[in-house]
Amino acid sequence: MARPPLTEEELVARYGPHLNTAPPGGWSADADIDRMVRTHCCFCGQQCGIILKVADDEVVGFEPWYEFPFNEGKLCPKGVKRYLQGNHPDRLLEPLERDPAAPRGFREVSWDHALDRVAREIRRIQAENGKDSFAILNGASLTSEKAYLIGKFARLAIGTSNSDYNGRLCMVSAGHGYNKAFGVDRAPNPWSDIPRADVVFVAGANIAECAPITTSYIWRARDNGARLIVADPRVTPIARTADVFLGLRPGTDSALLGSILHVLVERDWVDHEFVDAHVEGFEEAAAAVAGYTPAWASDVTGVPAARIEEAAEIWGTAASGMILHARGLEHHTSGVDNVSAAINLALATGRIGRPGSGPCMVTGQGNGQGAREHGNKSEQLPGMRRIDDPEARAYISEVWGCTDEELRGKGYSAEEIVWAIDRGEIKGLLSICFNPVVSLPDSNTTRRALEKLEFFAVVDFFLSETAFHADVVLPGSLQEEGEGVVTTLEGRVVKINEAKPPPGNARRDVDIFCDLAGRLGAGRYFPYRDTREIFDELRVASKGGVADYYGMTWERIEEENGIFWPCPEEGHPGTPRLFEDRRFRTPSGRARMVPVAFRPPAEVVDSEYPVWLTTGRVVSQYLSGTQTRRIGPLVKQYPEPLCEIHPRLAREHGIESGDVVRVSSRRGTMTLPATVVSTIRPDTVFIPYHWAGDRAANQLTNPALDPESRIPEFKTCAVRVERVGPGGATVDRRDYETRTGDAPDTGDAPNTAAGGVPGEAPGPATPPGSGT
Amino acid sequence: MPTLTEYVPDAPGEMGDRVFVVDQSRCIGCQACVQACEECGTHRGHSMMQLDFIDRGATVQTVPLICMHCADPTCAEVCPADAIKQNEDGIVQSSLKPRCIACWNCVNACPFGIPKKMFELDQMMKCDMCYDRSSVGLAPMCASVCPSQALWFGTPQEFDATRTGVLEDTMVFGGQYVRTKVQVVVHEPGPVAVAPGRRYTHWTDDPFGLDEGPAEADVSRDWPLAPALSAAQQRQAGPGAWPVAHGAGAGAGAGGVGGSAAGDAGDSRTEGARP
Ligand code: SF4
Ligand code: SF4
Ligand code: SF4
Repeated sequence: MARPPLTEEELVARYGPHLNTAPPGGWSADADIDRMVRTHCCFCGQQCGIILKVADDEVVGFEPWYEFPFNEGKLCPKGVKRYLQGNHPDRLLEPLERDPAAPRGFREVSWDHALDRVAREIRRIQAENGKDSFAILNGASLTSEKAYLIGKFARLAIGTSNSDYNGRLCMVSAGHGYNKAFGVDRAPNPWSDIPRADVVFVAGANIAECAPITTSYIWRARDNGARLIVADPRVTPIARTADVFLGLRPGTDSALLGSILHVLVERDWVDHEFVDAHVEGFEEAAAAVAGYTPAWASDVTGVPAARIEEAAEIWGTAASGMILHARGLEHHTSGVDNVSAAINLALATGRIGRPGSGPCMVTGQGNGQGAREHGNKSEQLPGMRRIDDPEARAYISEVWGCTDEELRGKGYSAEEIVWAIDRGEIKGLLSICFNPVVSLPDSNTTRRALEKLEFFAVVDFFLSETAFHADVVLPGSLQEEGEGVVTTLEGRVVKINEAKPPPGNARRDVDIFCDLAGRLGAGRYFPYRDTREIFDELRVASKGGVADYYGMTWERIEEENGIFWPCPEEGHPGTPRLFEDRRFRTPSGRARMVPVAFRPPAEVVDSEYPVWLTTGRVVSQYLSGTQTRRIGPLVKQYPEPLCEIHPRLAREHGIESGDVVRVSSRRGTMTLPATVVSTIRPDTVFIPYHWAGDRAANQLTNPALDPESRIPEFKTCAVRVERVGPGGATVDRRDYETRTGDAPDTGDAPNTAAGGVPGEAPGPATPPGSGT
Repeated sequence: MPTLTEYVPDAPGEMGDRVFVVDQSRCIGCQACVQACEECGTHRGHSMMQLDFIDRGATVQTVPLICMHCADPTCAEVCPADAIKQNEDGIVQSSLKPRCIACWNCVNACPFGIPKKMFELDQMMKCDMCYDRSSVGLAPMCASVCPSQALWFGTPQEFDATRTGVLEDTMVFGGQYVRTKVQVVVHEPGPVAVAPGRRYTHWTDDPFGLDEGPAEADVSRDWPLAPALSAAQQRQAGPGAWPVAHGAGAGAGAGGVGGSAAGDAGDSRTEGARP
């Protein structure tokens, strides 16, 4: 039973999150820089180029990499402070085994002991319960080589069908939508197309906080005269300047987009020539929205009808346009439909395969694109092949030298793996780069399920809240502690370079998996001497697939500042913009418009739970926070979750900014400070999700899944809001002095003014909106 | 541009005609500038940047505050110890340690609220426009990283070729005219009155259309709202369209597709059921 050996508080006290605030040796250390390593930021799908300064095998700082074309030196705060994780005091340096009698709850063991035990438990559980009773969860912050290796490991070393990844919480709705429309799961345009668009439509994407560099592309479009439309339940920093703001009710995206399509059809703002020649399904898609008048959509979405018409006119009459969308559309039980509804607007107006024109998903996670292409997800084989495609199976078993049977089949998705654990069907789990206790919806259920595991092994660099449950913890490597490639949100494959070795007895992730494969008797499938050999095999495995890397080499990728896939043969320049030839990878070769009928969210508000909850991110934190909740300056910027609430709703409950409120759903309850802001709909509250335990927004969220993509509905559920009392000292003050000896710096209001001098003007923390 | 280690500075004091530009309307409040300032070689570990919300309750608009490097710096004028110097590039520097008496006159006098009290060093420090970088042709740290390029560094020609907005270098504080080396982007030519005046797009006063009638996002209204569709529109909407046929105010979730009891809703659409 995988129960944490100590209480959560005790484990946090021992393993963190603690805060690292200063570079190795402190600020005054004037280390001689040994290396300047050109690589990429690990903290989002934009993968900004960055130069890491290395002294004595520690990353001690960064320098902007002006020549890397995507970001030209720009970084968000996560990229700036990312170097503080390398020598962090919370780093796991030795393999651990759970031991409730040990003072730290875990005892250090040798690698041999740890790996042998993992291998033994895998085989025992499978012998007793069948091959699929052992599952593997992985993540899209891993390099593509790691993701490829883990997919292969799941199938050939463990022999399970149940391998899935945390991109299931991120990119799968977009993937399904684009596969249905185009047969390719990639943003069709390079970002350099954004400034060439006459209209930029941002739908459900908090660009400023989740893809900050994309801001500069949108502003350049504005400099060129582009109009801007933004659809979001909150006035995000990008929305602030929009020509038209569509402040929709959470979960009504397809009604809004469908209504815009309705107007396009009605006013005949349709590119008939393009549609006739290259699109199928236009009539059906148009018929599906025949009743979606702006008046109707206004009632459903809460957006004034005139604004819907205005948005449709701007979109419909422009010469070019890009629609950028992210999890705001996709984290719904209608996630795939919402994506199709966005694509439909582009296809109806012929906006694909041209400069400045296309629908583009804004991929979130570090390698959110690359680590969803090469077989680490449940329904997939490398090269973005489908696991149920006999040809794909034949090709991959040939490349791997295995039998068709050994490839196994389609398994459960991430959330379903947790459910299967909960009902006792899956009894063993190996997890890497995934913190489901924080990131999956309904965290109480997730925790209960993990406790039922007979055996749980985790590979991680920090002891995440999920790893609290582990029987065995294998200390792994950060992105900068190994080599490989990642694929950015543009579809550009870029090179990650090693800045430093893993600390202590931690090992590179690839070495851990290859070693374990050997102990599982599958060594012949994993003969790699280094990561490059994995990449070279990946190239071959991807050959002929949708995501074809065959023509790339590590050298070319570096020399050319990245290569856009597909790149099917050596010397091929790569493909920055897809579909310039209007040939789509659908069976008919045409792009497909999918009819979308609006479906309400799985849970709707009622008299008991009368308020919508939507969740999301803040700019200073990354995903479940395993890394960024340990970086002092990032924690300081936004130390704890705040509940955004409109003055009108706040007034009803007597809530003022800074008050502590209780937010409850059918699944859980949390208390947190409120910030009263008129930048959110009055019927909706927002909570960012990066925190664990009693600060986890996912205590509240609904685990209902999209029927196709199996993405959970993070963006909509029903809650009740109550005032608990005035604000107190709820701000995270865990040892701020971890490294520096600095006194805790609470002088700055969370999320308001940073940059104060540490030690200056200490005082009670005030949340934003309280007027400083 | 070359990176710092590759750049061989010829003569220090060579900022050339490069200008530092602040365009607040582009700022997204990410604080990359604040965080990166701390990494600057001349004051490592201390950020000289400030990032403020104007009024978070009303707007997400934020304002990055860097030293404006005034032509006639008030901070230096009020310094009794003559500790604040301006160099040949017009950069107003941190106080000279041997002279600074930590009286904080400059801190109080600066119209932009820039100088920092460094208690532990017993002196005033401030933004020096990353002179280690800007003097060798590199952008200061904040303008290098700024994702929105609200902070921008380059030549006037580059500005004209790539950006819009009118550059202005004069601010009026009541009766005091302050001319600055740093340029701010404004929408109309003429000195910037620093006090009031907010610029609205047509929707900013009422982002959610609360005053626009039927679509009012009234918190007290039950979901689902009954859309007023004609029978013909209902037919057109086709199967699976959101239902319309129950009365307004009916117990939420009581009728229609997707109105199944909210607690277990979703199961009907998610094969592979929950345990
Ligand atoms: S998190 Fe994203 S935007 Fe921020 S620096 Fe890293 S890659 Fe760039
Ligand atoms: S902005 Fe303030 S600190 Fe900077 S030069 Fe002017 S008066 Fe001095
Ligand atoms: S880095 Fe740029 S966008 Fe971010 S807060 Fe600073 S000025 Fe604003």
